[in-house]
Amino acid sequence: MRKLLFESLIRLPLTEPPPAPEQRELDALAAALGERARRRLGRSLAIREVDAGSCNGCELEIHALNNAFYDLERYGLRFVASPRHADVLLVTGPVTKNMREALERTWQATPDPKWLVAAGDCAVDGGCFAGSYAVEGGVAAVLPVDLTIPGCPPRPVEILRGLLALVAPLPAREATRGATS
Amino acid sequence: MPALIDLLLEGRRVAAHGGWPRVRVEPAIWRFAAEQLGTGHWTLLGLWGEAGERLAVHLALLDETQPGAAVVSLDCPDGRFPSVGQYHAPALRLERALHELTGLEPEGLPDRRPWLDHGRWDRRFPLGAPGPAREEAPYAFLQAEGEQLHQIAVGPVHAGIIEPGQFRFTAAGETVVRLEERLGYVHRGVESLMAGTDLARAAQLAGRVSGDSTVACALAFAQAAEAALGLEVPPRARRLRVLMAELERLANHLGDIGAVCNDAAFALLHSHCGVLRERVLRAADGAFGHRLLRDRIVPGGVAADLGADGRAALAALVAEVRRRFPRLVTLFDETPSLRDRTVGTGIVAPALARRFGAGGFVGRASGRGFDARRLPGQTLYEGLAFEVPVLETGDVDARVWIRIREVEQSLALIEQILAALPDGPLAARIEPAGEAREGVSLVEGFRGDLLAWLRLDAEGRVVRCHLRDPSWFQWPLLEAAIEGNIVADFPLCNKSFNCSYAGHDL
Repeated sequence: MRKLLFESLIRLPLTEPPPAPEQRELDALAAALGERARRRLGRSLAIREVDAGSCNGCELEIHALNNAFYDLERYGLRFVASPRHADVLLVTGPVTKNMREALERTWQATPDPKWLVAAGDCAVDGGCFAGSYAVEGGVAAVLPVDLTIPGCPPRPVEILRGLLALVAPLPAREATRGATS
Repeated sequence: MPALIDLLLEGRRVAAHGGWPRVRVEPAIWRFAAEQLGTGHWTLLGLWGEAGERLAVHLALLDETQPGAAVVSLDCPDGRFPSVGQYHAPALRLERALHELTGLEPEGLPDRRPWLDHGRWDRRFPLGAPGPAREEAPYAFLQAEGEQLHQIAVGPVHAGIIEPGQFRFTAAGETVVRLEERLGYVHRGVESLMAGTDLARAAQLAGRVSGDSTVACALAFAQAAEAALGLEVPPRARRLRVLMAELERLANHLGDIGAVCNDAAFALLHSHCGVLRERVLRAADGAFGHRLLRDRIVPGGVAADLGADGRAALAALVAEVRRRFPRLVTLFDETPSLRDRTVGTGIVAPALARRFGAGGFVGRASGRGFDARRLPGQTLYEGLAFEVPVLETGDVDARVWIRIREVEQSLALIEQILAALPDGPLAARIEPAGEAREGVSLVEGFRGDLLAWLRLDAEGRVVRCHLRDPSWFQWPLLEAAIEGNIVADFPLCNKSFNCSYAGHDL
């Protein structure tokens, strides 16, 4: 163990520079979030992940955000175990009928102000499961969505970009607003 | 003890069925097969029904003494069939699900509680003659009686980035007396969505059944379709399929080894294994254009070729894992506080693993060495050398060691393929057969053997497809493994099983 620890001290870090949030996501957020809400949203965000019928592919890539290459926590973003500690629900899957109530109750248990991010093609609109008797067809069919991150599954860097849009400093957002208004 | 081959002589062989034989039998023979399963002859590979134009139930069986597999079918024009679960417990959940999806009635089934249908769908029997929706009712968990027992309800939303499902623990102080699972929360209706679609759409769905096994699921589906149509997959495509399957095994095992250590509060190994897993996904992305290799295996062959850059990336990956992994294994082996948590925890008795036909690291850690890659008639790994590690202790530790050994085997397989990759086309042309065809296949995913069965119509559309995830026969063993362990060791046991919710719930 000592060897591994020493080596980690002298080896260059694996962690990569952050990706810039994408214009598309910033625009979506600017539209979704009120000014007051954005001011209250600090630099530090607690995220509660909810699998609402995903194939688990999105979870694998969300997990990857915690590895040394992406190191999500350096941005003040961290995953929490309870919705009561969360600012953001990160939801995956087409929302199965069997998970709908659990998702709604998780949302109700999250204190205000709160945001909802739908990650993955299934969460966006049901993806390839849309039309099934067993799914609602996307998170927006059940709850108000603030941000969507498409992909099957989205790559970790795409998820990171989307989440960074949530904590981008206000000036950048003002610029975005100016550009889009 | 009768051989499976003798049973087949009792039935009428179905002509247009590829892969292994399928025979139609009389109810007495069906019942006999179920009884034989119950006495430990043969292994249950799958049990599913169809209630479209014809009403029938199908039982996939494996003979491990004279290796071979077959499908036994019973026509049930009145919609009833003798329950297999009444003789053989591993069939219970399969039969509950079969009933809810098709409406077919397993006569004598001892457990009538709903399994996948939680009373929230807009209809009943989605694969059969749909009826009005089932009424929602509280789930009757099995009771445990005794002094000072308390219950702990967990889920369906868990305290981590994991899939949903419900666990009900009954504990005496710290000790678990009973665990019961309730699944079905991620049921998406995959088999209904597949019915009536073309092969391309059904293959896309198969690849989205279980995200961590997207290669294995797509491969099982593709091989079943190829068996049905009598297609010969070109040599280069066959080797690339093995390459993808072993990359998937490598990535998942590395992730699991780290995650088990993390659940024993040893974060260092988790971090290092996480780095290696990420390197596998990046190499897969560089080689085939997708980190999880989704949609890269299609009926007929593969959808992505391996170029010189990809080859170099994979060679560099193998070298990197070979350099780093042995030191992590040493660290695992030589950290007493970690081994203290894994050794003797969550034991699955070999007899139980055999009875349930548990595959993958769950079976192999408990003395069951079955590996679908070695099943006679499975030619995908022909010409490639690999060993199947088997241990007897059946604890969390053994399930980690099986993964460690399989990482080494997967590395060796990847090297063998890179050293001699044949040239040639990537896929065979698919032509509709002009008649109804059926096919079956069994694929060794990282968790264990995955069954796919399908029937195609004359135009090549999917009439019925059934996919059976290895977790069906592993989830019940988790309930047995945790008994007598402390509640705090459940995450450790659970992670060492790493059963799929999505693959099971379909």
